[in-house]
Amino acid sequence: MTDQAQKAVGNGWQSEKYIKNLAKRKRSERRFRLTGLLAILTALTLLAILLFSIVSKGYSAFVQTTITLDITFTESVIDPNGKMDPAELRTANYAKLVQDALREKFPDVKGRRDLRKLFSLVSNDADSALREMVENDPDLIGKTVSVDLIAGDDVDMLNKGYIDRDAVEDDRRVKDQELVWLDKLEADGDIKMRFNSGFFTNGDSREPEKAGIAGAMVGSFYTIIVTMLISFPIGVMTAIYLEEFATKNKLTDLIEVNINNLAAVPSIVFGLLGLAIFLNFAHLPRSAPVVGGLTLALMTLPTIIIAARAAIRAVPDSIRQAALGLGASKQQAAFHHILPLSMPGILTGTIIGLSQALGETAPLLMIGMVAFIADIPGGFTDPATVMPVQIFLWADSPERAFVEKTSGAIMVLLGFLIILNAFAVVLRKKFERRW
Amino acid sequence: MPIQAEENVENRSNAEHGVIISTRDVNVYYGDNHALHGVSLDINKHQVTSLIGPSGCGKSTYLRCLNRMNDTVDSCRVTGEILLDGVDIYGPSVDEVLLRARVGMVFQKPNPFPKSIYDNVAYGPRIHGLADNKDDLDEIVLTSLEKAGLIKEVQDRLHSSGTGLSGGQQQRLCIARALAVRPDIILMDEPCSALDPIATAKVEELIDELKENYTIIIVTHSMQQAARISQRTAFFHLGEIVETGDTEKLFTSPTDKRTQGYITGRFG
Amino acid sequence: MSFYPLLIVLLLMSAVGYWFGSKKALNTVRKSTNFITPRPHQFGLYVVIWALVPPVILSAIWGMLQVAPLQIEAGTLRQIDQVVFPVLLLLATGAGLYFAILRINPDLRVRRTIEGLVYVILILASIISILTTVGIVLSLLFETIQFFGKVPMSEFFFGLNWSPQTALRADQVGSSGAFGSVPLFTGTLLITFIAMCVAVPLGLLSAVYMTEYASSKFRAVVKPLLEILAGIPTVVYGFFAALTVGVFFRDLGDSLGIDVVSESALAAGVVMGMMIIPFVSSLSDDIIMAVPQSLRDGSYGLGATKSETIRKVILPAALPGIVGAVLLAVSRAIGETMIVVMAAGFAANLTANPLQAVTTVTVQIVGLLVGDQEFDSAKTLAAFALALVLFIVTLCLNVIALMVVRKYREEYD
Repeated sequence: MTDQAQKAVGNGWQSEKYIKNLAKRKRSERRFRLTGLLAILTALTLLAILLFSIVSKGYSAFVQTTITLDITFTESVIDPNGKMDPAELRTANYAKLVQDALREKFPDVKGRRDLRKLFSLVSNDADSALREMVENDPDLIGKTVSVDLIAGDDVDMLNKGYIDRDAVEDDRRVKDQELVWLDKLEADGDIKMRFNSGFFTNGDSREPEKAGIAGAMVGSFYTIIVTMLISFPIGVMTAIYLEEFATKNKLTDLIEVNINNLAAVPSIVFGLLGLAIFLNFAHLPRSAPVVGGLTLALMTLPTIIIAARAAIRAVPDSIRQAALGLGASKQQAAFHHILPLSMPGILTGTIIGLSQALGETAPLLMIGMVAFIADIPGGFTDPATVMPVQIFLWADSPERAFVEKTSGAIMVLLGFLIILNAFAVVLRKKFERRW
Repeated sequence: MPIQAEENVENRSNAEHGVIISTRDVNVYYGDNHALHGVSLDINKHQVTSLIGPSGCGKSTYLRCLNRMNDTVDSCRVTGEILLDGVDIYGPSVDEVLLRARVGMVFQKPNPFPKSIYDNVAYGPRIHGLADNKDDLDEIVLTSLEKAGLIKEVQDRLHSSGTGLSGGQQQRLCIARALAVRPDIILMDEPCSALDPIATAKVEELIDELKENYTIIIVTHSMQQAARISQRTAFFHLGEIVETGDTEKLFTSPTDKRTQGYITGRFG
Repeated sequence: MSFYPLLIVLLLMSAVGYWFGSKKALNTVRKSTNFITPRPHQFGLYVVIWALVPPVILSAIWGMLQVAPLQIEAGTLRQIDQVVFPVLLLLATGAGLYFAILRINPDLRVRRTIEGLVYVILILASIISILTTVGIVLSLLFETIQFFGKVPMSEFFFGLNWSPQTALRADQVGSSGAFGSVPLFTGTLLITFIAMCVAVPLGLLSAVYMTEYASSKFRAVVKPLLEILAGIPTVVYGFFAALTVGVFFRDLGDSLGIDVVSESALAAGVVMGMMIIPFVSSLSDDIIMAVPQSLRDGSYGLGATKSETIRKVILPAALPGIVGAVLLAVSRAIGETMIVVMAAGFAANLTANPLQAVTTVTVQIVGLLVGDQEFDSAKTLAAFALALVLFIVTLCLNVIALMVVRKYREEYD
């Protein structure tokens, strides 16, 4: 050993060099620790930015601008024959009532183009609200009533502050002339904001102000029901078979490897499978929740199987042996004891799998659930869309007002997911058993 | 009877072997579990001290207090005084990294890193910066392996994996790894419990040689082993020290009934 | 007879069978001297099985025959469907019932029959997962073979030019390299690479901090928060990437005088990386946890600091497992669809510049199949060929990753 080495080594912890070195090591320790903390903070910041950007864009989707007008339910327009025939009441030109009211409010607006602009302040769907009023209460005919009508989407955007009043006129969707009208309405207290109930009760629409997510919610509901009815029983049966009955052989090995790999197959591939098998081969209806549900069920199956197997495996062997020792058959032990004991875990896994299915989009694009569907689906075979696909469709729409709708729909979807996951957490906390 | 044990300690005067570690009233809690009750014990320099007792008696817990390995357990709390050369090792000025460099440890199960034999031994000197250059490091590694009596067996395969050695060799590698940091004290937590008798004999022989230069504290299950290799023995029971003394005396004429019961095999 | 009445009749018959079976069993069993005999409800179930299994098998056979191209004229077919089949079905059910009730006696091992049927059902359920895989492979393979009948393989795998739309319009299917998929693969790799650059360091460092430094309280709060990232639907990430991140990078580029398109690979990649962070971190978390405590003790016992122990002992020991985790993450990123559909481009550019727009395999699959298409045009078939490549690549990555991880785990068990 050289002298130098001896000096470095002998009584290392007292030497000045060692102490200096230690300080350096301590600094690097602190640096490393800070880096780890920073990584977590970065990830959480990204999450916060994501949520903030959605909420800040989307909260306004839940309110809506209305314009209050004095509507005269002129008899000559609604019921020219005076017969109160329901068919006639339904097809009458209610839009004219709205136009008359606007004309009355702004008597000095003349010319076709200006008038058309004036009329577009109010949603072109406003007439259906009036029709409904008359159908509910035919006595209205002939009277003048003050009615809150849904504003057009540009007015709505302006009122919510998404359109900059001070921008150059050419870059602005709402022109100066319209601003003057709106300011008059505003001064008269005719412009109001109210809760947008239509967002939760309407189907999709090309007009942003009347588009709602009810159709997508119902479609999602039907789809998830199909997914659950198929994937839950099959998943649980597979898990029981693999954990309780299967002997180790080529077939079970194959099933095991296969399930692990299926769990990692990209979701879009399941969409192509659905397209090829359910649509082109079995000729099930396109765009229907039943096909979407079947496709998502195949996709969710591995998740449920893996979770259910883990839950079953967590039940200690002593339970199994106790049952067998009393003369129960293997199946009785499995179905009377193991399955009930592992049910909380299985259900938790199933809920997590279903919440994945609820947020899934790509495979459904492949089986035609991406079509524009304005009606609320009434069954498992009606054309339908689901919430994530609705979000995708709206995100693609050019109108500024759909950005808000998209974010609003995302908030509703996230709300559902949070409820589902919270339910899973509660289930786990409440029934979790430590053996 | 801890009082008696303490008297024993004080009665012992040993001029050539000064006290290096002195512990007073050490209590250890794991969460709500009170694992060690007021343990007081002195450890002499350049001797082998063995800690014996039935399992769960706190001897390993005590050992892990001496180099603050218990710090790595979140729920663990230590009270009392542990002085190393008169400095409280749980005091604020003591750095646990420095402490562990000085108080090395060998574990129950051989735990070589999944690296080469050379890298296993060089790990400590490298992190502590004990070597200035490659030659120094080689020197340290070879000396340590030699001290651990392993050099002949591994000379020509220093760069193959440490996990490929036999159990006994792995444990001696772990001892070499501890020696490479140049500690004053080596703690051994049942170092032979995972080894076969031949490997055990080799490790025991090694411990006997090492005591010339190092202070060794060894936890052991085997009373024969304690009798063979240690000069002093402390008997732990239910988290307390029952009796401490010269090994020969403790095994031939124990003063406490429980010690007697244990060494004659009535419990444990 | 149509479906529902037939079903109701069948169910009624089996209900009667159940009642009759258990009643008869009760009588015979009571008379029997045998101490332990099957319970009456088991006899009931036994009868129901005999009543229902024959019609189910018959229906299955009939269903298969209907799918197969039979050379029967339509009128006869309807007659068989409306009359012959229901009659056969009911006859089979009746015969099953009669046979089962006749056989009832206390020594009959009914439990074996019931459990045998349950066993068969369980196996059938397990086989569905295999059938799914077979279905995927067959449906993709079938269309892909058709595709390669129209477009040469060399062109698909080595062609540098991808423009299926123009190929159709000019009515020149399969000519002049319009189906060269190389730009799609490079685009996919570019976005995946960017995603990994975000996800691997952040995910791994988070996992290290969580396992080695964080207090249990910190863990309990932060871990579920990170998991939220994994629970957010991909369509939400896509919206975020397209409207927030893409625009942000474009504006940032503008202010720095760099030309960044709003559909840049960078935006899609970063957001995809963000989505994968919890995936990497929870896998690494498990893997770091699996490193035995004895290795940590060994390092601390020599006076190593925590970071030294992590960098020099734990991470090297966990490396194979971490590699496996990263492979799984890569496979996830390659197959991810919605983020790239919404935030990446449709035009196939062969570039490695992350500030430009690139397209990916999944984007093209969606682009080729959404909307009404003739099902045998080269354009739609190309989607299946791309999907097959995607399937094979992700499958290989997964198999390798799972093997690596499993081997790693065995080492420390």
